[in-house]
Amino acid sequence: MTKPDTTPALELTGIGKEFGAIRALHDVDMQIRSGEVVGLMGDNGAGKSTLVKIIAGNFRPSHGEIRLAGNAVHFNRPIDARAVGIEVVYQDLALADNLTAAANVFLGRELKRRFGPFALLDHKAMAARALELFGELRSETRPDDFVKQMSGGQRQAVAIARTRLSNARLVMMDEPTAAISVRQVEQVLSLIRRLKEQGVAVMLISHRMPDVFAVCDRVIVMRRGEKRADKPIHQTSPEEVTALITGAKEAA
Amino acid sequence: MAMPMESPITFTNVGKTKWWQRGLFASQTGYVLLALAVLLLVMHFASPYFFTQGNMQNVAKNFSFIAIATLGVTFVIITGGIDLSIGSMMCFSAMITSMVMTELSMPGSPAGSLFVHMASDGKTVLANVPGLILLVSVFAGLGAALIVGLVNGFCIAVLGLSPFVTTLGMLSIVRGLGYVVSNGRGSFPGGPDADYFYAATSGDVFGVPAPFIYLVMLALAMAVVLHHTSFGRHVFALGGNEKAAELTGIPVVRVKIEVYVICALAAGLQGIIISGWLGSAPANMATSYELNVIAAAVIGGANLAGGIGGPLGAIVGCVLLEVIRNGLVLAQVSSYWQQTLVGVIIILAVLVDRIRSRVS
Repeated sequence: MTKPDTTPALELTGIGKEFGAIRALHDVDMQIRSGEVVGLMGDNGAGKSTLVKIIAGNFRPSHGEIRLAGNAVHFNRPIDARAVGIEVVYQDLALADNLTAAANVFLGRELKRRFGPFALLDHKAMAARALELFGELRSETRPDDFVKQMSGGQRQAVAIARTRLSNARLVMMDEPTAAISVRQVEQVLSLIRRLKEQGVAVMLISHRMPDVFAVCDRVIVMRRGEKRADKPIHQTSPEEVTALITGAKEAA
Repeated sequence: MAMPMESPITFTNVGKTKWWQRGLFASQTGYVLLALAVLLLVMHFASPYFFTQGNMQNVAKNFSFIAIATLGVTFVIITGGIDLSIGSMMCFSAMITSMVMTELSMPGSPAGSLFVHMASDGKTVLANVPGLILLVSVFAGLGAALIVGLVNGFCIAVLGLSPFVTTLGMLSIVRGLGYVVSNGRGSFPGGPDADYFYAATSGDVFGVPAPFIYLVMLALAMAVVLHHTSFGRHVFALGGNEKAAELTGIPVVRVKIEVYVICALAAGLQGIIISGWLGSAPANMATSYELNVIAAAVIGGANLAGGIGGPLGAIVGCVLLEVIRNGLVLAQVSSYWQQTLVGVIIILAVLVDRIRSRVS
């Protein structure tokens, strides 16, 4: 496979993070190219979530540098990361139960129409766009239904639809397939493939080995806050990855 | 970068919620509204005086005296917060308003000479610009409320203190300040604009009490703000899932400060209106009104856990409380029963909603 664009979409160098005396991350380097799907694996407490939160702008790294398409970036808030094209689907999905699907998709970036000095919400446009996005995700979700009445898969669709609003360069998904049905897992995986076709870089954080091996080009294994392996998927095996996660094998 | 759709989306597995299980019909506000309608009907048969024009005006005026503050606290409750400083805020704003009004109406004082002059008879004080003193003093009262609201919001949103504790402290601080500035005596609106003040607060337009008109206008504005602006959407999101609101980039701190400022301003305005009706702002005015206001909001369907509430519910709650009070008086039941009954209704309203959500 040829790689026309050699500048990585995202490049991390020497990222470290301490919370008081706890060292959550130590000297992590990684690169993701556009159109590449990278699996990020590791046991609980391995540092995956911390790494995701640093890239998403929730935490500032204690050490190291983040480069996006070659330019160093500093995020103070999640909205800064979003502004440059980094989208996250959080594990708990970050949905407000008391709002509708469409309201959740557009949360924080509502479409508005101006009436003189006032800007009022454009409910129709938001519902129409949300329905379009749910259609792309093949999810039977009504934009006007409340999230509290929805199934796990529908909630997932709402959270993923959110990332499709903007032209994201990097989408990070934190355990997107953990709590949904088999059929819906297949839908989420096909969505990831579609993102890849569009040239979006995807980082899949997952415990589910079959999902990672089904869609990822490369797998990165974290253990005790350090990167222990970074291999193309066809040069490794579920057995090796499991050994790396548990520490039976130190590094590869 | 739209992705092609393979086939139009279908909803074979997902039924549409029936109309009677959605919106107002499935909310506590709906049930309480129904209960209110039944109560009005019962009152009609129980007392011939209930539906008289005089009594209706009386009811409308009385519930308007707490309903504006209830609209304000509903914003706070939707975000999952609480404001206990409402009663003190009402008193303090009213007091500042009437003190400023009196101060500006003294021809001798340096501030007063800008606003008033002596008439040729040497006794009557005339305003330089009629209504200006009223405007300035009402803005002064609301300004005091704005500052208190900002302090509440700052402590809760920026310093991260609990809303209950912060506003409990503020209840005491503001009440204390009221005693300090008035030396415990309270204050009275006075001067050439006092008549305008009374007309604007306790007068009526074609038989409709002025406070009721303000209430309707503010409630309509609130409905638009809550359901048709991004601020309103963020208020609901904050109450539904604060972490999600933060992660999706909603300016959580700003929204929180704004709701406490709105609540304080509503309470301040309410206090100013009440003082016009009372004809004074005594230092113990509106003591423990915060409990009535919060009770009305909760009866009307605002959820103290956050995420649910609206102007209709706030008003329905206030009307229900007032109709019960009025009804007990007309039925010649001892007014001491009133508080007991209000408590029972708070619990019943929440209980009915609980049972409904279990069943569905």
